[in-house]
Amino acid sequence: MTVKAASHLRGKDLVGIDQLSPEEIQLLLDTAEQMQEIAKRPIKKVPALRGKTVVNLFMEPSTRTRFSFEVAEKRLSADSLNFSSSGTSVEKGETLLDTARNLEAMQPDFIVIRHRYAGAPHQLARALKSSVVNAGDGAHEHPTQALLDALTIRQKRGTLAGQVVAIAGDLAYSRVVRSNVILLSRMGATVRVAGPPSLVPPGIEALGCEVHYRLEDAIAGADVVMMLRIQLERQGKMNFPTVREYYDFFGLTPERVKLAKKDALVMHPGPMNRGVEIDSRVADGPQSVILEQVTNGVAVRMAVLYLLAGGHGEPVAD
Amino acid sequence: MSRLLIRHARVVDPSQRLDEGRDILIEDGVIARIAERIDGKGAEVLDAAGLVAAPGFIDVHVHLREPGFEYKETVATGSAAAVAGGFTAVCCMANTDPVNDNAAVTEFIRTRAAEAGLARVYPIGAVSKGLDGEEMAEIGEMVRAGAVAVSDDGRPVKNAQLMRRALEYTRLFDIPVIDHCEDHDLVAKGVMHEGPVSTRLGLRGISAASEDVMVARDLILAELTGGRLHVAHASTLGAISRVRNGKARGIAVTCEVTPHHLALTDQAVADTEYDTNTKMNPPLRSDEHAAALLDGVLDGTVDCLATDHAPHHADEKALEFDQAPFGVIGLETALPVTYDLLVRGKKMPLSRFVALWSTNPARIMRLPGGTLKVGSPADLTLFDPEARRTVDPDTFRSASRNTPFAGRKLRGWPFMTIVGGKVAFRRERR
Repeated sequence: MTVKAASHLRGKDLVGIDQLSPEEIQLLLDTAEQMQEIAKRPIKKVPALRGKTVVNLFMEPSTRTRFSFEVAEKRLSADSLNFSSSGTSVEKGETLLDTARNLEAMQPDFIVIRHRYAGAPHQLARALKSSVVNAGDGAHEHPTQALLDALTIRQKRGTLAGQVVAIAGDLAYSRVVRSNVILLSRMGATVRVAGPPSLVPPGIEALGCEVHYRLEDAIAGADVVMMLRIQLERQGKMNFPTVREYYDFFGLTPERVKLAKKDALVMHPGPMNRGVEIDSRVADGPQSVILEQVTNGVAVRMAVLYLLAGGHGEPVAD
Repeated sequence: MSRLLIRHARVVDPSQRLDEGRDILIEDGVIARIAERIDGKGAEVLDAAGLVAAPGFIDVHVHLREPGFEYKETVATGSAAAVAGGFTAVCCMANTDPVNDNAAVTEFIRTRAAEAGLARVYPIGAVSKGLDGEEMAEIGEMVRAGAVAVSDDGRPVKNAQLMRRALEYTRLFDIPVIDHCEDHDLVAKGVMHEGPVSTRLGLRGISAASEDVMVARDLILAELTGGRLHVAHASTLGAISRVRNGKARGIAVTCEVTPHHLALTDQAVADTEYDTNTKMNPPLRSDEHAAALLDGVLDGTVDCLATDHAPHHADEKALEFDQAPFGVIGLETALPVTYDLLVRGKKMPLSRFVALWSTNPARIMRLPGGTLKVGSPADLTLFDPEARRTVDPDTFRSASRNTPFAGRKLRGWPFMTIVGGKVAFRRERR
């Protein structure tokens, strides 16, 4: 399967992978590769978004994603404003719509939003003229994470089509799994997901994946093994017994990694619970590309902002 | 003597097996005569050519929000919405503040309704004090004050023993216990129907099983006690099939279905990208459930339609999907939504349609309406089966606007609502 890159993105916003065609995904990944070149320069900055304002609206704790967006914005010469709050609009006595209208009044070009509730970026996108970029909404989507994962796989394995990717862990509350399954299956990869049956949401196969309960079955012969963070803070006490038992059945140990292809990639979106879903020997081992994922995150976010701003062609040309 | 003559209507009254062109004469608020041609001397004459005249439509499940939540709706605005939607009577749920769990609140609601002077308003009392699901409320006192049923709606009657006792105790008054069938533990923090759509949208699901479990429990208790069980807003295949089986076993069970559960599915949440006007409880279900509801309506398992009219302020609905309150309004869209779906779409006979909205609700709640027999109160709903209009929330009489049907083009709109011989609502015909 070869996908020709689109010439531009159709939407004003990036609220989810679900809205993207394979051609648009290809364009984003190709553009991200060009952005990577900027990071290798002595002066890591281009004027592509000079005069553009980006509001980073993080209404849920985040370090990696927020810093990654900020670095991306600075490298493109955009002006960034950071707004952090762990609360929701309702806790502050303001509706999401009011928050949105207040932000709009400051005339930003972009709003990058991280929110604990699914759909919040869509509600903003509907109400605002600014481009809305979803930096993770509830258990729904995390599109830039899926794009950076795809970029990492493509660069390490040469292609996405035909790759067998195993994704394991907390499938019910993970936004990373939804975006990844949709993106990878759309680009021709075979996706297997695995997790305790009590954490497998109904109909997840409809997103484009095979469902396994045993981790070993999902990993066998895979090109990529991606572990998901167990969202300890989101768990009730009824989904699985203990962290200890979880590690016993779903922890990625060196023995289990051997079931995958010899040169399989080990990935994790972070932050990791070492000793829960992944053993440190694996996380820090030779097959791990976890830190490269972080590096690629900046390039992907540059590409997203650049393309949503209407950019095309060589971003580096002044 | 006040005389009102309705001319040239197509009179559809299942209680008399009537579906013919007729004139109707109303004298002093009572049906005086129905005949092919009535001399209108001395009477005010209303030309109803092209309109269907039916016994007044009754909505057995509305939330009027007064006392306590007047910013969402009042008895007056809710009554105005009712008659504008073609309803001559509504039964209002007890989850107000204070809760309608005693005769004083019941009387207050009836006083407010009399002041508004539009639709007939029949309060439903709480099963338990404060809707807490533990102690039985003073049901008899409320019945004496005008309550026609009891329900903790908004919540299930969680304690099975209380449900049992309520089904037993209400036999004294021959009133139904209406249950909002939902197992709270199974619902957990769900906000929409659990299935592939909730998975794709990343929203926590409310399984169909959470409703089925409670319907099954209630049927077992209804069979044990001989009490009358009415299942509110049935939304699942399992609920319908259990009610169907229960009826076959001779259990005194009835059930209602809402227009939105018939006309919409969980796909609406995805299609509208998390529009909070698609959030209600029970949630919009998947295709197979909506199809089972329709089967139940067509085969008679479903006794009546009801809106579960649940007004919420726009500010509350402007929140994140998870945070917005459950509920949509329905009084002013119910008739065309169901007419379009059932009569136009499924070729349901008009008499059956009228039975679902009038004859049957009157029978379940033992209300005086539901018929145009001579001597009955002159409560009539007149609607135009051909009139096509677009749903425009700005024209609603309700104090709230939270409808999932905005912008829909529908047929079968009410044009005149007569309550006790008085024209309570009239829409200009174009």
